[in-house]
Amino acid sequence: MFGTAIIVFREVLEASIIIGILAAATRNIPGSRRWLVAGILAGLVGAGVVAASTDAIGSLANGIGQEIFNAIVLGIAVLMLAWHNIWMASHGAVLAANAKLVGRNIRDGNSECSALLVIVGLAVLREGSETVLFLYGIAASGDGGQSSMMFGGMVGMLLGIAVGYTLYAGLLRVPMRWFFAATGILVLLLAAGMASQAARFLIQADLLPSLAAPLWDTSAVLPENGLPGMLLHSLIGYDSRPAGMQIVFYLTALIAIFIGMKWAARPRQAAMKK
Amino acid sequence: MKRLLLIALLLPFTAHATDYMLTIKDHQFQPAEFSVPSGTKIKLLIENQDATPEEFDSYPLNREKVITGHGTATIYIGPLTPGRYTFIGEFHETTAQGVIVAQ
Repeated sequence: MFGTAIIVFREVLEASIIIGILAAATRNIPGSRRWLVAGILAGLVGAGVVAASTDAIGSLANGIGQEIFNAIVLGIAVLMLAWHNIWMASHGAVLAANAKLVGRNIRDGNSECSALLVIVGLAVLREGSETVLFLYGIAASGDGGQSSMMFGGMVGMLLGIAVGYTLYAGLLRVPMRWFFAATGILVLLLAAGMASQAARFLIQADLLPSLAAPLWDTSAVLPENGLPGMLLHSLIGYDSRPAGMQIVFYLTALIAIFIGMKWAARPRQAAMKK
Repeated sequence: MKRLLLIALLLPFTAHATDYMLTIKDHQFQPAEFSVPSGTKIKLLIENQDATPEEFDSYPLNREKVITGHGTATIYIGPLTPGRYTFIGEFHETTAQGVIVAQ
């Protein structure tokens, strides 16, 4: 039961952290809550579909379909997170001042909300499909003790959700003048972490060279299967034994999105100075 | 990033991967321990003979992949430095354990 709880916790944690951060970051955008819930529901449906099609996906492209699929899902999520952060950089001041987007900005708010839907949906889909497969495996095996394992799964899921909610509640307490910087940095690191994960899948599929594998090994100090390592993995993409190519992707995403944010924020600052 | 990917795809791959077979049966890996040469890329073919899905998972190798019931999967690992690399079947961690020894 305990093992089951940990596995489900690990899967749920990542999606939960993404949702917690995004929910906080978009709190002042009208309609964002509805889009968030729609994203979670769409993600759950998608997780079921992906889990059911694991065989079909896996056999694509000579057996590396799973890696390509994961890399694409992660790639889209990175682009959406980048879009979100750049959008926030150009609208953050308005949101902070008015607390709500009004009038002509509503259309803008809608496009931002669809990015939110995609990010949340993909996070749930990716992490959820593995959970579905795992729980299906338990249900299908005639080992006995399924009910205790299912109970463990529920405990793991609730704990994972609790972490995401705690993060969300904590972020809401951050004073407004730090709030956008705080959520912006968290989203930036989330995106970079996902870019690094996408690279890992492409290396695993032999579509990318690893450059150096591993570039470092901090598994003795901060193992990824420990709670701090797990949290850092979900939050900032921590990897105890990353390949060199993962770091290239991580830094590229980090720098590119950061430049995009600075670029989006600049004209407004110049206008405000006048 | 896309450009990087494109460049990487165009790179000629000089090192050819060597094939290794791994079977999952009754939630156990067979062979549970095997040796591979260090410094070269390895192509690992995994066949799951069980009806339930399994996830090949290894922190030392930095790899994870789901293998469906009665399914097969391909995973590329290495080039490895000499040493012992443990792996597990995450869905049946107590029985599905193995080691790759790079020499």
